[in-house]
Amino acid sequence: MTDIAVTPRRESALGAALRHARYVVGENPVTGFAVALFVLIVLAAAFGPHLVPYDPLQSDTSEALKAPSLHHLFGTDQLGRDVFSRVIVATRLDFFIAVASVALVFVMGGFAGVAAGFFGGWTDRIVGRIADTIMAFPLFVLAMGIVAALGNTVQNIVIATAIVNFPLYARIARAEANVRRESGFVEAARLSGNSDWRIVAFQILPNVFPILVVQMSLTMGYAILNAAGLSFIGLGVRPPTPEWGIMVAEGAQFIVSGEWWNAFFPGAALMVAVFCFNLLGDGLRDMVDPRRRT
Amino acid sequence: MTALLDAADVFKLYPAAGKRLWTRLRRRLAGGPENVPKVHAVDDVSFTIGKGETIGLVGESGCGKSTLVRALTRLIDVSEGSIKLNTRELALKPARVFARDRDRARIQMVFQDAGESINPRFTAFAAIADPLRRLRRLRGQALRQRVETVAGQCGLPLQLLARFPHQLSGGQRARVGIARAVAVGPDLLVLDEPTAALDVSVQVVILQLLQRLKAQTGMSYLFVSHDLSVVRLLCDRVLVMYLGKIVESGPAREVFEHPLHPYTQALVAAVPRLHDDGGERLRLTGEPRSPIDPDPQVCRFYGRCPRGTDACRTTMPALRRFGDREVACHFAEEFLPQPRSLS
Amino acid sequence: MTAALAVEGLSVQFRTRSGVVHALDNVSFSVARGETVALVGESGSGKSVTAYAVMGILDPAGRVTAGRAMFGDIDLLAATPKALAEVRGRRIAMIFQNPRTALNPIRPVGRQIADVLIRHGGVSRRAAPEHAVEMLRAVGITDPARRAKAYPFEMSGGMCQRVMIAIALAAKPSLLIADEPTTGLDVTTQAVIMDLVGDLAKELGMATIFITHDLALAGQRSARIVVMHAGHVVENAPTKELFANPRHPYTAELIAATPDSAQSLDALAAIPGSLPDLRRADLPPCRYSERCPRKIAACAQPLPAAAPGADHIVACWNPLPDRALPVAYPQTVSAA
Repeated sequence: MTDIAVTPRRESALGAALRHARYVVGENPVTGFAVALFVLIVLAAAFGPHLVPYDPLQSDTSEALKAPSLHHLFGTDQLGRDVFSRVIVATRLDFFIAVASVALVFVMGGFAGVAAGFFGGWTDRIVGRIADTIMAFPLFVLAMGIVAALGNTVQNIVIATAIVNFPLYARIARAEANVRRESGFVEAARLSGNSDWRIVAFQILPNVFPILVVQMSLTMGYAILNAAGLSFIGLGVRPPTPEWGIMVAEGAQFIVSGEWWNAFFPGAALMVAVFCFNLLGDGLRDMVDPRRRT
Repeated sequence: MTALLDAADVFKLYPAAGKRLWTRLRRRLAGGPENVPKVHAVDDVSFTIGKGETIGLVGESGCGKSTLVRALTRLIDVSEGSIKLNTRELALKPARVFARDRDRARIQMVFQDAGESINPRFTAFAAIADPLRRLRRLRGQALRQRVETVAGQCGLPLQLLARFPHQLSGGQRARVGIARAVAVGPDLLVLDEPTAALDVSVQVVILQLLQRLKAQTGMSYLFVSHDLSVVRLLCDRVLVMYLGKIVESGPAREVFEHPLHPYTQALVAAVPRLHDDGGERLRLTGEPRSPIDPDPQVCRFYGRCPRGTDACRTTMPALRRFGDREVACHFAEEFLPQPRSLS
Repeated sequence: MTAALAVEGLSVQFRTRSGVVHALDNVSFSVARGETVALVGESGSGKSVTAYAVMGILDPAGRVTAGRAMFGDIDLLAATPKALAEVRGRRIAMIFQNPRTALNPIRPVGRQIADVLIRHGGVSRRAAPEHAVEMLRAVGITDPARRAKAYPFEMSGGMCQRVMIAIALAAKPSLLIADEPTTGLDVTTQAVIMDLVGDLAKELGMATIFITHDLALAGQRSARIVVMHAGHVVENAPTKELFANPRHPYTAELIAATPDSAQSLDALAAIPGSLPDLRRADLPPCRYSERCPRKIAACAQPLPAAAPGADHIVACWNPLPDRALPVAYPQTVSAA
């Protein structure tokens, strides 16, 4: 450890973060690729419905089950709807589910976990028991149960995904808060007149957040798969709403008869999205890991 | 000199192993809560700090100085005892709510590892500004001015204020820690080994800064350190702690040159000196006694002390006063410096 | 007399994200058999890097770019991994700063000592545990038979350091490298540990390289002190000579900054300037020159080579006057 100060340039926190981000992306081309893909998905979600050639709900039975062609890039499904348009439009719904789920679980799990880790005692015990109860169930079965009980809506898929992931976030947040609970800077914050809640909100959370963000990107992939799985078995999103999971479910029965495109393209989109989020998670972890900081 | 801080009969006991519900339940069924073994981290400590004084607190790890210091700064509660700031009894207010107390700004602390004691997500400016925001309610331009003034006083170039702790050198971080602590103008500054992690050349600068700040503001210092050479230079008086008790106190120079308590003698003998004349090697063997429920009749140093008589085993030596010195040893008289004859 | 270890012209670089760090430049010193030599310097001086380079345990980003480290007739820096494995642990041992983290946390300490005895000490598997208990006794641990089964987390810092010493000395090496072994320990524990190392070294006839930032401690425990600054050796002299007659300006400043040297806080002197950035390509030949108050024109030249066989080596063009030499001054006639 030298006594030389590093980084003589004066810059804001955001500037430093962006510079570090650019470095990590540059160092690992896979991360760069994941970022580019992510941007593509976001664009598809935002502008897709306005740009697609066909109305995703428009059925034309005369065009049913046509193979991919110049008119229909991904072919048509059994009701004559353009698979390409449906896949692109479904991006918005699946992306929304992913983002909403992780936002909800971050708030629930993050706060509960930090409170449990920081305050200990009964808070810790209660949060722990809740997490244990959730973990006692096979996660997908639990998700099924929640959606079945609450009703087949998108909101309930989001809630179910959030609940199912709660123990993981609570556990990570709790561990990070626990480690920092006795830190010098928490004691210093107390000396500076900060109440416990201020310490949790302004001292602990900013340190826990980056670690949770990494987990969030991974959970996004899981959330989409979860929604797809639920739709596959008839819970969750109802037809004719385009959603990758339903499309795979409906298209599965046609694979045997040779109309592979029905299930393949939505499945591929699912795979690409989850792949992208996982790679992004790796990249974010590289960015956030303090050992790799300049 | 009126005492700024008066600590009297301070005890801090922690329950030893057996915090689990089941063990506690078993023990309670067996014989009531008195049976819970306790670690005597601070055991009947009394001392005063005068206005403008620098008091040193030395002792090995596990002697309770960290616990004592945290009790004094009201980060933790005492089990028993009183801590008076001027005339106000601080021990009455629980540590959990002391953060919002009106006297919070009057006692501040500088930590050992400045890197650890600054939130890694805060810039130096934010770290110094935090107590000013919370305790002095400064905002905007007034806040900025105060932070810059204090930074200047502590020798921190203004352009470093925008940096994060990991972008600062060890000496610069130490200055941020000091600036933060003195920004609110405390009466008492507790320094917990502030230079332990610093190179010797940086240490000099920081110590001289501390002395300068003290001259400028009239603060009192409580300087906790294991480095006796530094304590000798900086402190007016020194308290020596061992296993939760004060075993010796007195003017720093005198305690160094004529230690009265056998532990202090071993401590002074162990300090590496630049000009070592290869004198007697007074060495402590063995480990300290257990701090869990120690026998109140036995001297804490018994067993490790080169001397150990029946008196040491049956009567706890009280802290006795000899002029401006205090010693807790049955045989203190033997080591008192001979009075100089007047001629 | 052949030296136990002779480091000649050692230069080490580290490749980092922000550039190449020229950590060591032409470091040379030697340790005689049975001698204790202290490597003293502040953080960034390169003292630990020197030890790590000699032992072959440098960070993967580090590279030895020049120099030799002669241990007997083996050059440690050029040895094959097989040859190095023979020497490390058996003939050269190392103890580290933080004893608890240097020990395996999930293995009882007795087993860790036994491992070394079996691997390097030529002791049979059956006899090893008993030997391990004996080693624990030799390093002053009470009730060694019971302690042998304990885990590092159950022991105090001082005890862990004793265990580390036991592990290091298990195979009776001829050279021990101690990298800040007592930093973080209480001063009373430090005294006892250093006594132990000194006594064992004398008993085994072992040479010791003692790396520390504490000049007073180095002075107390070693026969010779090598002062390092920013990857250079600036002065190398027997201990008494160094304190009585420091010739390099940095050494003098270091002594003046040590609290023990002063009677009051104002008498302590801070060392002017700061360490140069070792990533620079344009580092001057004397890395202290930019902060040195005694800088002269000659300081832009490469440093003078040490006179062979000299006892007190100074790497400086304008060293402090040699106090050993008689000063010529006119005699005054004393008043009757």
